[in-house]
Amino acid sequence: MSGQELGQRGEDLAAAHLTRLGWRLVCRNWRCPRGEIDIIAVDDQALVFCEVKTRAGLGYGDPLEAITYAKVTKLRELASYWLQTNPVRGAVRFDAIGVVIERGCEPRLSHVRGVTT
Amino acid sequence: MTFARAWSVALVGVEGRLIEVEAYLGGGLPRTVIIGLADASLAEARDRTKAAVLCAGFRWPPQALTVNLSPATLPKTGSHYDLAIVAAVMAALGDVPVDSLEATVLLGELGLDARVRPVRGVLPALLAAADRGLTRAIVPALQVGEASLVEGLSVWGVQTLGEVAAVLRGEPVVSAPPEIAVAARPADSADLRDVVGQAEAKFALEVAAAGRHHLFMTGPPGVGKTLLAERLPGLLPELDLAEALEVSAIHSLTGEPLEAGLIRRPPYADPHHSASIASMVGGGAMVALPGSVSKAHRGVLFLDEAPEFSPKVMEALRVPLESGRITLGRSLATTTYPARFQLVMAANPCPCGRYGVKGAQCHCPPMSVRRYAERLSGPVLDRVDLTQRLLPMRRSYLRAVVGTGEDSRAVAARVLAARERQAHRFRGHFWRTNGEVPGPELRRRYPLPDGVEILDAAVATGRLSARGVDKVLRVSWTLADLDGAERPLAQHLHTALALRCGDDGRNDGRA
Repeated sequence: MSGQELGQRGEDLAAAHLTRLGWRLVCRNWRCPRGEIDIIAVDDQALVFCEVKTRAGLGYGDPLEAITYAKVTKLRELASYWLQTNPVRGAVRFDAIGVVIERGCEPRLSHVRGVTT
Repeated sequence: MTFARAWSVALVGVEGRLIEVEAYLGGGLPRTVIIGLADASLAEARDRTKAAVLCAGFRWPPQALTVNLSPATLPKTGSHYDLAIVAAVMAALGDVPVDSLEATVLLGELGLDARVRPVRGVLPALLAAADRGLTRAIVPALQVGEASLVEGLSVWGVQTLGEVAAVLRGEPVVSAPPEIAVAARPADSADLRDVVGQAEAKFALEVAAAGRHHLFMTGPPGVGKTLLAERLPGLLPELDLAEALEVSAIHSLTGEPLEAGLIRRPPYADPHHSASIASMVGGGAMVALPGSVSKAHRGVLFLDEAPEFSPKVMEALRVPLESGRITLGRSLATTTYPARFQLVMAANPCPCGRYGVKGAQCHCPPMSVRRYAERLSGPVLDRVDLTQRLLPMRRSYLRAVVGTGEDSRAVAARVLAARERQAHRFRGHFWRTNGEVPGPELRRRYPLPDGVEILDAAVATGRLSARGVDKVLRVSWTLADLDGAERPLAQHLHTALALRCGDDGRNDGRA
């Protein structure tokens, strides 16, 4: 599985997870010249911008560890662009989802809510 | 369980304060924060402990981890908190039982490969822990010997993080005993018999040892000043338990291994004359570490080539000489170290070293001879009870090589007997030896020697200062103790006067 396929697979799993939670998906892989937002969804409280990170093992650490302060800052910046073109009222939140897809194992997913607080 | 706590110890000087190490798993993106006034070496524990935990095959929480060191207002320094931090984190994750940490103090630095490395100050830290009622200690395997000196603690030595976890889980620890390289201390290999001749100086040394008097030796190079000073600790009696604990705690702080047990022999420190104030009295950034005066606590501080020491360093000795301790203020903490040492100084009579030596030619102009002598701090010299002038050996040298004097053991036995007489006389007081008795107390409480009039004469001619009188009295008591006399006799007083003034019978009238 190439890196791109792995990422795609992880994002699919994350989207399925959010749907299972009863969230409404607004948008996936929203792109602008400055970058990409993996998932935008709405739960019962807020509009949620989601960063998904997928890894094929823990050899380089947990995928959530790769979501650094810089990445979260970037996500916020992209979110403000999205909101300019898609004005929404109400609360906004930023979540992170780490997916580990190891050969021969069930994929494991960890979902952290409100990473900017 | 998202919360757990472990215990460690912070050292402020030689005093330990129990530190509660709390770990809290708070969800959120993975990051580790150490709070509680940690210094740089402790903040690095974050990366050290994580690497060690992963290396040992354990888990590190993939979420926000907060480690708090409490009391949070006490500045903390050093790498010995690693083990306690890891233990708290593993307990919070549920990898070791939380209640296994209840009465356990953990000390040790972790290597990235999960090895447990030795740290400084294990002895004073564990004394504090035992004092606060903790019952178990986990320490680096190399320091089990040092840790076992503390009563009331069951000590576990660990070599790796895996063993720490095993101890905490109550599993049997299977490990090879560490190879302890017991440095073969040349146990008093320096014997008084090695010093040829110099009977008078040896006698002065014996008196100094018996009464714990400060000693000043002067003489040309090569007459044996240094040799004699090195043999003084061998003449001193062993430290009692309380003293041994004090001395061992200081040496543990300076990182000296104590695996051979408590330091029972009086220590010996001989700093070079280029020593700075910080190295002499103690120093360091933020929290001060002990210096030579504290390393010589309950032992001997020998200053060779005393006039070469910087005047400021010499002046810094005055406070510990007076009070027996030194208080050092630094930005983070003010620490007090014990520093009750016996001062021995040696000096040449002039820069070339030949001044006043019969048959030798001194090339120093009179002014430089004088300046050389003046470099010695007056106030410090004033604390000296015994001044001994050493002269070079004459024709008898070769004969003396064969027929040497007594060995250290014989002299030490007399010193011990004299010390016991003093201990008996001074029981119930804070001073223990003649050298420590305050002058007024000495004159008021204890009988004056016979023939004390000669002191009046010496004072009248300006040979002796008023303070010098007390010193002569002290030394005369020591001489009486060495002789087994009830109180000093006239002969003791005469000898004491000669020892105080550095007279050797040949320079009468000049000194």
